[in-house]
Amino acid sequence: MNFKKFLLKLAIKLYIPAALKGMRYTMARVFQKKATLSYPEEVHVPRKGYRGEHRLKKDEQGRMKCVACLMCQTACPAECIQIVGAPSPWADRDKIPVVFNIDMLKCIYCGMCEEACPCDAIELTPTFTKVATTREEKIYDINKLLSR
Amino acid sequence: MGLPDLLKIAFVLGFFVFGLTPLMVIVERRLSAFMQGRIGPDRVDFPLLHRLGGLLPGGLAQPLADAIKFIFKEDIIPDEADRTIYVLAPLMVLIPPALGLIVIPFGSEIAGVPLQVANLSVGVLFSMSVLSIAVYGLAFGGWASNNKYSLLGGLRASAQLVSYELALALSIIAVLMISAGHPNETLGTLDPRAIVERQIKYGWNILGGGNWWLAFSGIVGFILFFVAALAENNRLPFDLPECEAELVGGYHTEYSSMKFALFMMGEYVGMTVMAALMTTFFLGGWSLPFGLNRFLDGSDWWKGLLSVGVFIGKVVAILFVYVIIRWTLPRFKYNQLMDLGWKRLVPLALANVALVAVIGVLTQSGGAK
Repeated sequence: MNFKKFLLKLAIKLYIPAALKGMRYTMARVFQKKATLSYPEEVHVPRKGYRGEHRLKKDEQGRMKCVACLMCQTACPAECIQIVGAPSPWADRDKIPVVFNIDMLKCIYCGMCEEACPCDAIELTPTFTKVATTREEKIYDINKLLSR
Repeated sequence: MGLPDLLKIAFVLGFFVFGLTPLMVIVERRLSAFMQGRIGPDRVDFPLLHRLGGLLPGGLAQPLADAIKFIFKEDIIPDEADRTIYVLAPLMVLIPPALGLIVIPFGSEIAGVPLQVANLSVGVLFSMSVLSIAVYGLAFGGWASNNKYSLLGGLRASAQLVSYELALALSIIAVLMISAGHPNETLGTLDPRAIVERQIKYGWNILGGGNWWLAFSGIVGFILFFVAALAENNRLPFDLPECEAELVGGYHTEYSSMKFALFMMGEYVGMTVMAALMTTFFLGGWSLPFGLNRFLDGSDWWKGLLSVGVFIGKVVAILFVYVIIRWTLPRFKYNQLMDLGWKRLVPLALANVALVAVIGVLTQSGGAK
């Protein structure tokens, strides 16, 4: 056993050098960036592409983009979307939805509806902090989805 | 007993017991939060102060809020508990460390009054013996709760405290021999004030008290004392007496409300006393190193106050190290604890005593007889 190895073994046996090293590391941690947010003052900003609650988009004339094709309803693994279509008042499409309910409590926020939509009409927003006091409030109807 | 005595008692009680303890609690909570990347309690402030316009950090009133919470919580005494001993136990934990404070010289002197509550010639023995009473508090608490987990916790606590008391006392013997071995002193001393005065005259005991041959022994003695003090105060890495994993809580499982808070306070006061003892025995009490002590010589009242400040600074520095150690080292298993205590610390402390004796005799002709 050479001298360096002996010193190393002694340091391990003594326990104190390692403890001092650990204490130095702990002290360095004091100045690290804090992971906690002071909630009411600081709000968590979700990353880009975060999948929160849905909204329905409108085109440049202010009409809803949705054509009630039921693609999102079909794609939805949680079966939280309910659509009832009706004949469209506009010439460029056949149908528009009259009922478009999303049950936010059933939804698993997978984003499959957004993937499936051929008209780019439904979108997941970064909103995730909306509170409701009843289950009914969390079933968003077409007006609520359009207004967001 | 005159006014100066009352003032000194008020200072020791008000600062070291009821002042430093809550401060220590909040500092430890904030520091540990920082070490773990959290913020910690920063919301409770003293009303009407507005943090002195941002000078004070937030959360300073947290211990006060905790105390109010503890006081107003329901105080449950189990039906099967031994009521007298159950009520006595928290006091037995809090009062002995507070008593141990009275022999500690926390400053030089103000207007001719030595800053020490009781100037006992056997101060070292007194503080050691009084501090060891705290073990009864833990054992009583465990036994009187009439709960098998509490009893096991109390037994563990008392075994640990008794074991480490030995290493603590033996490492102090080395110090007493160092401070007895000065060539100009004819007698050893057990008076903490005299120990500090000799350290001012010759040098700090941690570096051999002026005799450089003894510096190694001084450092070893300080480390031994520090480790044993950690164990005596139930601090990590030796916080075996309380344990959620296998004992539900430990000796204080059945305690609630202010009684539990008293246990916690006793622990913190114990830390303060141990830090004060370390300062007195090893770190030169209220004195400054490197010849800076000439600023403290003299009988001006502000010099006395300054010496108190120096003493408090040293105590706070040691408490700071306590906090860092707590959040660095993982705890020992119980067998490792006993192994360290009996097979490492006690023989090392004995060897240190022998070393001091041999070196002291070899390097100092004359000296204490």
